[in-house]
Amino acid sequence: MLNYLISGISLGSVYAIIALGYTMVYGIAKMLNFAHGDIIMVGGYAAFCAGTYLGWPVPLAILFSMMICTILGIVIEKLAYKPLRNATSLAVLITAIGVSYLLQNLALLIWTSNPKAFPNMVNFIPSIVLGKNSDNPITISSATIVTIAASIIIMVALTLFTGKTKMGKAMRAVSEDKGAAQLMGINVNATISVTFAIGSGLAAIAGVLLCSAYPTLMPTTGSMPGIKAFTAAVLGGIGSIPGAMLGGILLGILEKFAQAYISTQLSDAIVFAALIVVLLVKPTGLLGKKMTEKV
Amino acid sequence: MSSNPNDTKYVAVPGPGMIPERDKDKRPVLEASHLGIDFGGLTAVDEFNIAIGATEIGGLIGPNGAGKTTVFNLLTKVYQPTRGVIMLDGKDTHGMNTTQANQAGIARTFQNIRLFDKLTVEENVKIGLHSSIGYHLPSAVLRLPRYWREEKKAHEKALELLDIFDMADMADVRSSSLPYGAQRRLEIVRALATGPKILLLDEPAAGMNPSETEELMNNIRKIRDTFNIAVLLIEHDMNLVMGICENIIVLNFGKIIAKGNPKTIQNDPKVIEAYLGSQDAE
Repeated sequence: MLNYLISGISLGSVYAIIALGYTMVYGIAKMLNFAHGDIIMVGGYAAFCAGTYLGWPVPLAILFSMMICTILGIVIEKLAYKPLRNATSLAVLITAIGVSYLLQNLALLIWTSNPKAFPNMVNFIPSIVLGKNSDNPITISSATIVTIAASIIIMVALTLFTGKTKMGKAMRAVSEDKGAAQLMGINVNATISVTFAIGSGLAAIAGVLLCSAYPTLMPTTGSMPGIKAFTAAVLGGIGSIPGAMLGGILLGILEKFAQAYISTQLSDAIVFAALIVVLLVKPTGLLGKKMTEKV
Repeated sequence: MSSNPNDTKYVAVPGPGMIPERDKDKRPVLEASHLGIDFGGLTAVDEFNIAIGATEIGGLIGPNGAGKTTVFNLLTKVYQPTRGVIMLDGKDTHGMNTTQANQAGIARTFQNIRLFDKLTVEENVKIGLHSSIGYHLPSAVLRLPRYWREEKKAHEKALELLDIFDMADMADVRSSSLPYGAQRRLEIVRALATGPKILLLDEPAAGMNPSETEELMNNIRKIRDTFNIAVLLIEHDMNLVMGICENIIVLNFGKIIAKGNPKTIQNDPKVIEAYLGSQDAE
């Protein structure tokens, strides 16, 4: 029982980190970046190449992966989304799906469809064993500890960033009223770029954590976690940072419990059913606020 | 007039006797010449020529739908003009976007209040201060001394500005929970925080009672005297317009039909006709 809870929180923390990227981009650019999941995959491959092929030390490999993803995020935004700034949201959505397939197929070309065995990059602290002398001791792996710690640090850092820095305040202003922010001297394009950069950098971290826990790296590795994290973001209230965190962790726990007690095959269906139920009761998500459209 | 404004350099056409005596030897802060915009086939504003003195308080009036807010949107580059030139503090604003125009010295408020509702009063002002806060992403992420120093400076500056309008005690209140009059004042403070040379006020007295309007008039004079800048306002409240504007521009169907001091405007038959309608139009 406790075992499932812990592995659920661990998986949920990864979802939460990915969901933060979704929610920030949605909050500021008002678009669903469906390519976000595939940036996770690119982050995984980047870390894998740096660590395994080039033999770089783990921290350097993770930094390299974050750098690649940050640049990738900015470039995607500039090339694919910026020209559509005033287009309908449907056009942007389709473009995002297109970018997602583009990234998957590029990865297929470069790394082929053979799964890569991702090394555990987050085993630098010892795992903890609870109840050593009891009948069934519980082991908390180092990956679990690092994942949970990373997600908490990221959430605190993001909250401080959006609340206490001028870029963070600019983001919140752009999220509320792009036009007015622009008239107050805020560079909206730069603000959106920073948002994509942060979201993609987080995706890289999520990629490393995810692949360390589930060490099969393929071009489609990012899709399912991407969709789950999107679900988590909506569940928590899209646009809200604590909401993404809460949604992610709840979803992770739910998924693990569903796998353990109901059915492994049905666990995904149960997760999405939970989303539907929550949205029926509270359409804005758990922590989402009602948004009134301004004319 | 040439059909392609981009390769023609217009000479500014200031209205006769429009610049106040004290600003005569200074460069006008805002000059618009032959300014116009078409939406599809419809000409919304045409042949708009003005010059605003460095510390002038000007008024832009006209019946509903005359194009007053469109003029504001042109001056702040929300719309790119179809024709004509806007010189802001001696700089041609051609090709600038709204952010650049703001940084070049023009700031505005909105007809329907557009504060950042989820931000506090102080944060709203800090958004206005954004481009004057001097640190970049790395020092913010790493919390370098520069970050703390600049944030402290911004905090002090925001409070100083709020204090001028007696709002310092509301600094931590969310802007959406302010009373209406205070929201209007906050919009002005936020616009002033961007350090403009000219402030555009779009119906600042809308929805205000006479005593609030009186206070607003004092505040507008205070803005001119404290910050040494020009103010151009759109307003339907004639007491306010006639009370504080040194010069008034009257717009009807997108064209200037009269400009001059309040006395001239009040007695101008074309203005009276635009507001009351002519006999045969009935």
